[in-house]
Amino acid sequence: MPGTTPPVLEGAPTDKQKKYDRQLRLWAASGQQALEEAHVLLINAGPGAAGVETLKNLILPGIGKCTIHDDCKVQDADLGVNFFLEQSNIGGSRGDFLKNNLQELNPDVDVNWIWDPLEDLLAKHDALKPYTLIIVVPPVHPNSLSKISQHCQATDTPLIYLHSVGFYSHFTMQLPYAFPIVDTHPDPETTTDLRLLKPWPELSALVEQKTRGLEAMDNEDHGHVPYVLLLLHYIEVWKLSHDGKPPQTYKEKNEFKQLVSAEGRFSQPEGEENYEQAIAAVLKNFNYPEPSSAVKEVFKSPECQNITVSSANFWIIANAISQFYGTNGVLPLPGSVPDMKAKSADYIQLQTVYKEKARSDVATVLGLVRDLEQELGRPQPIEEREVEAFCKNAAHIKLVRGRPLQVIRPGENVEWGVQAKSAVNKLSDPDSLIGLYIAFLAYDVFCANHSSHGIGARAHEPTEDGVDLDWNSEEMAETMYKIIDVLIKESGRTLEEDELEEIKSRSSKFVAEIVRAAGGELHNIAALTGGLVAQEAIKIITKQYVPVDNTCLFDGVFSKTSVIRV
Amino acid sequence: MEEEFEESHRTVPKPKGMADPEARRWEYLRYILYRPGPWVPEEATQGTEAVKFLERMKVLVIGAGGLGCEILKNLALSGFKDIHVIDMDTIDVSNLNRQFLFRQADVGKYKAEVAAKFVMNRVKGVSIEAYCGKIQDKDESYYKQFNIIVCGLDSVEARRWINATLVDMVDLEDGDSIKPLVDGGTEGFKGQTRVIIPSFTACIECQLELNAPRAAVPLCTLATIPRQPQHCIEWAHIIAWEEERKGDTLDTDDPEHITWLYQKAAKRAAEFNITGVTYSMTQGVVKNIIPAIASTNAIIAASCCNEAFKIATAMNPSLGAPAEGENNYMMYSGDDGVYTYTYSYEKKEDCPVCGITAKKIEVDGEMYLRNFMDLLAEMPDAQLKKPTIRTEGQSLYYQAPASLEEATRHNLSKKLSELLSSGDEVAVSDPAYTIDFRFQLIFK
Repeated sequence: MPGTTPPVLEGAPTDKQKKYDRQLRLWAASGQQALEEAHVLLINAGPGAAGVETLKNLILPGIGKCTIHDDCKVQDADLGVNFFLEQSNIGGSRGDFLKNNLQELNPDVDVNWIWDPLEDLLAKHDALKPYTLIIVVPPVHPNSLSKISQHCQATDTPLIYLHSVGFYSHFTMQLPYAFPIVDTHPDPETTTDLRLLKPWPELSALVEQKTRGLEAMDNEDHGHVPYVLLLLHYIEVWKLSHDGKPPQTYKEKNEFKQLVSAEGRFSQPEGEENYEQAIAAVLKNFNYPEPSSAVKEVFKSPECQNITVSSANFWIIANAISQFYGTNGVLPLPGSVPDMKAKSADYIQLQTVYKEKARSDVATVLGLVRDLEQELGRPQPIEEREVEAFCKNAAHIKLVRGRPLQVIRPGENVEWGVQAKSAVNKLSDPDSLIGLYIAFLAYDVFCANHSSHGIGARAHEPTEDGVDLDWNSEEMAETMYKIIDVLIKESGRTLEEDELEEIKSRSSKFVAEIVRAAGGELHNIAALTGGLVAQEAIKIITKQYVPVDNTCLFDGVFSKTSVIRV
Repeated sequence: MEEEFEESHRTVPKPKGMADPEARRWEYLRYILYRPGPWVPEEATQGTEAVKFLERMKVLVIGAGGLGCEILKNLALSGFKDIHVIDMDTIDVSNLNRQFLFRQADVGKYKAEVAAKFVMNRVKGVSIEAYCGKIQDKDESYYKQFNIIVCGLDSVEARRWINATLVDMVDLEDGDSIKPLVDGGTEGFKGQTRVIIPSFTACIECQLELNAPRAAVPLCTLATIPRQPQHCIEWAHIIAWEEERKGDTLDTDDPEHITWLYQKAAKRAAEFNITGVTYSMTQGVVKNIIPAIASTNAIIAASCCNEAFKIATAMNPSLGAPAEGENNYMMYSGDDGVYTYTYSYEKKEDCPVCGITAKKIEVDGEMYLRNFMDLLAEMPDAQLKKPTIRTEGQSLYYQAPASLEEATRHNLSKKLSELLSSGDEVAVSDPAYTIDFRFQLIFK
């Protein structure tokens, strides 16, 4: 019919929501906004495929801006490993072509290219200031890497340093000293907090109302009492014969299950699903809601205890919640109730009791936050939404302590500090890939020592009659053994001779495999690493999920990863 | 003296003919193909022979979506030259956040075709043949031509079909009949890579319990006592549509249809004081949308192609390598840091596809055949939605043809104990799969 307008699609998504639908279901509009406000700098060198793959995986989901630093010329070898370069680019500026081919992936993103030599760039005042996340791909001169690392420490800018060589890859993240996360996306199975052993008056009143005359109920009603109310009811029954105490030990909980089971009308044809659910919920939910060690660590941290006018919102709210915990002995109630067999109205009523308690806890915390703000004279009140989100996930917050990147220089040692002991323990563990990390440290020393030839050089002239690899392996292995010896010494431990030999022989295989690749990348490993690093970048930028703390290694020979803290 | 010098300055051959741009282009790859490594078996073929061997490999990629786009790129840059790809889907705007070979202007075109063209254009010398259709359109004579199959699928049914087909093709006298299957899957920040050497390692069917379907909400909950926003949406989807728009085929890609369901669900939710129904949730429930992002696809696709490369070249051990107890599965999770678990999923003796014995299941003899059919659909290690059930001597229930369905329908309301004795074996077939599933029923 001409002239009629199509029906208005109520609530229908915008074009942008349609395009990003599959990711908005993970990190929501708030995460997307954080991505769009980010500006990532990639300092690219060497074959450079892993760095470019990382950017691809950030441009597709719509990162706001990204800038590629790359001063190489495109060579034939680039075409064999980098998907975003093509034949006609040979001889041209690599960064320029990368910029164009990456830009094509998503018109929403602003892709840039800079080409000044890195030393010159870093010499400029504020050259790194625009960037909210920096990714560095070696080879890079240790002085430059130090400068970047120091800038990032001083400005709380996250930094990721990665290697991708042959079948191996590695990345280390230098996060700000305090990197707290509220929205950790815990496994939904772990987030149920029903407070069965610590009911509040309104919940107890609902139990009383809904389980009155339970035994006399007809099958229809009896089979629809929500299991949460059943459990709370039978706890009271149990207490009568147990000095007023709820079931606590494993044995008592099992006895309690029998008590409930005896009351279920299982002989009727349909069974009684609500009683089955009640019995299944006993072991999981009969615990006092004790905060995890991660939460206690947040409460104990100096940033939480000594808040100031300029503290981040996180710390003000954490302080308020730690006060709340001090007073109530529990964290604020998250307020969600899992689905369970029940009539609609009863379920909604139960849900409302939990929600109202959660709201009242939020109000208490908000009051504490406002008091703190006034005491400290903070100009901007924290939004209620933020306090609410924090309360809802209070049991699952997490604080990651960033550590400075280990920058190794030829002839110098790296310091392990407090990590030395655990690093040595990992060295003895054949399943840990810490040996690969140390091999990459040795690789960086090798590259710094041989900037124009050997395995680290990008532009060495390939010869027809072969190159000598053994001296590469030997030199790298020597460097690696030295790093291992120094590490063991720093840890204060002594290892048996044969154990040390085993560690060195295991690690020397990593060196041999790295040398085999001659500093070259395999596209698969580069692509995989680009995926890992992009995931971490997204987690850091959105402040959702939990980032790696702080080093991840991938072994493409045996398809394994290790995460270590260095 | 002379000998010692030779020994300590042993040189390793560099790829020959580096004056040739083609050799220079694949320089990094050739280091790996030319040089020995600590885990490369001595008998492995290296050098120019290895390059030729790799180039002769014929690889089939199933799926040109989130994983498939990455897989095609990765294989092309791993030295494979002869690649085929199958996908029946066309490009949707919601693919663009990760399926990087597609642009806005490609929306509506066939994925396999656009993806193949893009990669061939970018990586010179690679041939990619696209087939825009279903894997079920092809038979053994087609699958026989490939050396390796790499799967990036989002459907359990398609995985089970190709798995059963490949296992069925194995002829132990003929090594070429064994087609290694590399399978990837992702959801959100998680995923897995597995390698199946048909009839040698655990197959997809052995591992079916890993893809357990979500428990369905009982119809009576939807009809009378909804509690969750999802219940209201399912009600609109399953009950209201059927009642009010009978005859209209529900198209989950039609915004008008989704809007209708959303409005119905929202109204019902309001009646029951349930909050939380949104358009996006409606779409998610009705289409069973699984969140997907570029980075996770990149990780899993690359891991799959790394395995395919190792299988093709022996340049390092691969998952599923024939040695006993060798790992064949890598699970990946990026939600909390990075965590992988690489292990050996054991082959099952009673796997209906690659095993030799019938799967034993305990059932209540008092159960009606009708309910046994529901059980087959729900059981994590069966998941058969349209079962036809036979014993050696009699037909218990046939889905089709209509005459046989009618002749066997009365059995649905009989108890298992009236039809069978404990310990009897039944054969179950399902139109989605080519094989029979054998179960031995033990009465509780």
